[in-house]
Amino acid sequence: MNIVTLITQLTEVILAVVAAPLLMGWVNQCRAWLQNRRGPGVLQPYRQIRKLFHKDAVIAAQASPLFRLVPYVQFASMCLAAAIIPSLWTGLPFAVAADTIALVGLFATARVFLALAAMDIGTAFGSMGARREMLVGFLAEPALLMVFFTASLISHSTSLPTIVETLAQGRLAIYPSLAFAGVAFLMVLLAENARIPVDNPATHLELTMIHEATVLEYSARHLALIEWSVALKLFNYTCIGLALFFPWGLATGAHSLRDLLLAIPITGLKLLVAGFGLALIESLNAKMRIFRAPEFLASAFLLAVLGLLVHLLLGS
Amino acid sequence: MDCMPFALDLETLPGAVPVRRAVVSSDKLRSVCTAVHESGGLLHALWGCDERDRKGGYLLRVALQDAAGLLLLELPMNAAQPCFPTLADIFPAAERMQRAVYDLLGLRAQEGDTRPWLRHASWPADCFPLRRDYDDRGIRAAQNESYRFVRVTGDGVHEIAVGPVHAGTIEPGHFRFSVVGEKVLRLEERLGYTHKGIEKRFETQPLMQGQRLAARVSGDSAVAFSWAYCMALEGLCGITPPPRALWLRALCLERERIANHLGDLGALGNDAGFAVGLAQFSRLKEDLLRANQRAFGTRYLMDALAPGGIRCNLDEANRRDLLATVPPLVAEISTLHEIYDDHAGLQDRFTGTGRVEPALARKLGLIGLAGRASGQSWDIRCDHAYAPYDKLAVRMQGRLQGDVAARVAVRFEETLESLRLCQMLLENLPGGELQLSLPPPAKRLGIGWIEGWRGPVLIALEPGEDGLIRRCHPHDPSWQNWPVIEHAVMGNIVADFPLINKSFNLSYSGQDL
Repeated sequence: MNIVTLITQLTEVILAVVAAPLLMGWVNQCRAWLQNRRGPGVLQPYRQIRKLFHKDAVIAAQASPLFRLVPYVQFASMCLAAAIIPSLWTGLPFAVAADTIALVGLFATARVFLALAAMDIGTAFGSMGARREMLVGFLAEPALLMVFFTASLISHSTSLPTIVETLAQGRLAIYPSLAFAGVAFLMVLLAENARIPVDNPATHLELTMIHEATVLEYSARHLALIEWSVALKLFNYTCIGLALFFPWGLATGAHSLRDLLLAIPITGLKLLVAGFGLALIESLNAKMRIFRAPEFLASAFLLAVLGLLVHLLLGS
Repeated sequence: MDCMPFALDLETLPGAVPVRRAVVSSDKLRSVCTAVHESGGLLHALWGCDERDRKGGYLLRVALQDAAGLLLLELPMNAAQPCFPTLADIFPAAERMQRAVYDLLGLRAQEGDTRPWLRHASWPADCFPLRRDYDDRGIRAAQNESYRFVRVTGDGVHEIAVGPVHAGTIEPGHFRFSVVGEKVLRLEERLGYTHKGIEKRFETQPLMQGQRLAARVSGDSAVAFSWAYCMALEGLCGITPPPRALWLRALCLERERIANHLGDLGALGNDAGFAVGLAQFSRLKEDLLRANQRAFGTRYLMDALAPGGIRCNLDEANRRDLLATVPPLVAEISTLHEIYDDHAGLQDRFTGTGRVEPALARKLGLIGLAGRASGQSWDIRCDHAYAPYDKLAVRMQGRLQGDVAARVAVRFEETLESLRLCQMLLENLPGGELQLSLPPPAKRLGIGWIEGWRGPVLIALEPGEDGLIRRCHPHDPSWQNWPVIEHAVMGNIVADFPLINKSFNLSYSGQDL
């Protein structure tokens, strides 16, 4: 690992952490536009996070140290995930340490800690949220793994940069298996990031919440970190999707400075389009009943398996 | 109902709606109630009065509703031990009203639930604020009292306590769910958090200004309550307001109905996660409220009505302006209706959720909009068309399914029907006077009964000395409909409760008083 790759690695993580709330703001702004509302502006998540950092934290008397620890675990997990996802370029020295399976494990770790913290206080809403979050989680993870396996079969590697390099450098061939995997991944993305139709991030109805119910007891800096990691999670997932299914424009192989710099606006543009697409999906759909979520995620799993089969049978 | 077998001494009260009154004994009260229930009638309201300074003792008043109008039964009770036979086994809706009567006046039902309903330890258990000799000086709040919720036991049953403070900006109420996993086994409501002593407050109000307080019983039904108050007072004075005033009142009432239905339709979409619905319906509602502001000088039509007529005139320019807003609104609502109907996700959430079968609705006495969605076809505007509805031929809307989808459908249809009425009212608005001056009222009971947007609201008014109100009881249909929600959510999942609750959209303030 030389100093240049270290710098590119760090730049990539820092850019992800800084830009993640912007993506969230963009999605919310698009949603507002699609609903004929003016919207709070794309910078609103930053204002929110700043406001929360300036408040005094209120913590329940019976909270254990775990409750205080979890926001940091969340944020750290998402930063680590950002370090191994080739969002701008594939030459990521840290990525050698963790492949796609480890990445899924990283997301799972974050979720388990969040569920533990939700149950820690002992309120009805926390336990209810934790229960629902785990229900969504244990159905989404296999589907996500299947998506990664489909992509791994094409590149014969589970390392994310290798997969992306293969896909990006390969001839402009169309992989039918990836089409199935792409739809499956989109469904997992919606479920994992608590978006409509699985969860409603904008709701104030405590009984319908999934993700929000798990963080009801958090305030101030803890809540700021959680909101930031939620934004970062969405950013990470979107970048995984873009890297797997639309890898063009990423700086691959031996980077020249020009490639590196060019990758930033291209990725930015792709994120804008993806954010708008997400807002469109959320505006067109209603939230489904919570017991439809298993059906929804089972379909995602099925599609991912189909992708795998298509690859094995057709060899493409 | 045929009253002949009971030899009731019926007296017809003067006023715009048919009300018969009879004094009954304890035994007769129950037998008449049973007969009314069997003939398809229902309990409308139940309240008490302190008559110790006049006739001695207390009075229980029970308003029953049947095909012929209101039947008002009065049961005198002695001052020493005021108690009355329970009606909760005939009309389940009576139970909470009986508990409230005890909290406020100390009149005890002989059987049934004795837990407090409106009294949340804000005054001691042996104080009864609606008694005429009650003095609130020196009254201290009682110590924190525990309230026994009904416990559900069994394998895997646990409780979820929600409220009274909620995550959204809504009125306070406590909901205790007993659930297995996500499935609701039982819901118990505890309301009364917005009790503010409106009935006591009425006793200090001048008779000619009581409509102002009545409008504030439940802010979303300002026109309905103030019209009911004015109707009761005008009945006592023996006058009928001029036609122009009545037509303008109906216009206000229908606009209030439209505004609330638009708000609810948007909120129902939003509660199902369809934010586009909320944005569009909020815009339509806001346009309507602004038009109200331009035409009447008040957004929610607060204080638009006055005894003897109406306070705000509608000039020709504003009449044309309001008339011009009707066709585009109809077009927009029809478009949104199609979107709601064609949206698979929304229909999946609405259909079959929170179902109240017509038989259950009949048993529990579900009324108003929610009742019409469960096959209970009561609408005072059609059944006892008071002026000006006698000239408008209101078309009653209804459904039999009784689920959220049915309540949404009835809202859409009633909104369009109200817009049709608005158009007729505006096109044929008669000229003439706006307000009559009132002669002195008769010292007796006056009843006002109006079909508000949520259901029928009732005002029972008695004038006192010095131009003040002696007793005024406002009754909101939420009293009857709140207990039905406990049944509507059974077997549904917890996450669907907000949607079911919103589809009824009952008033907390209107029933906590």
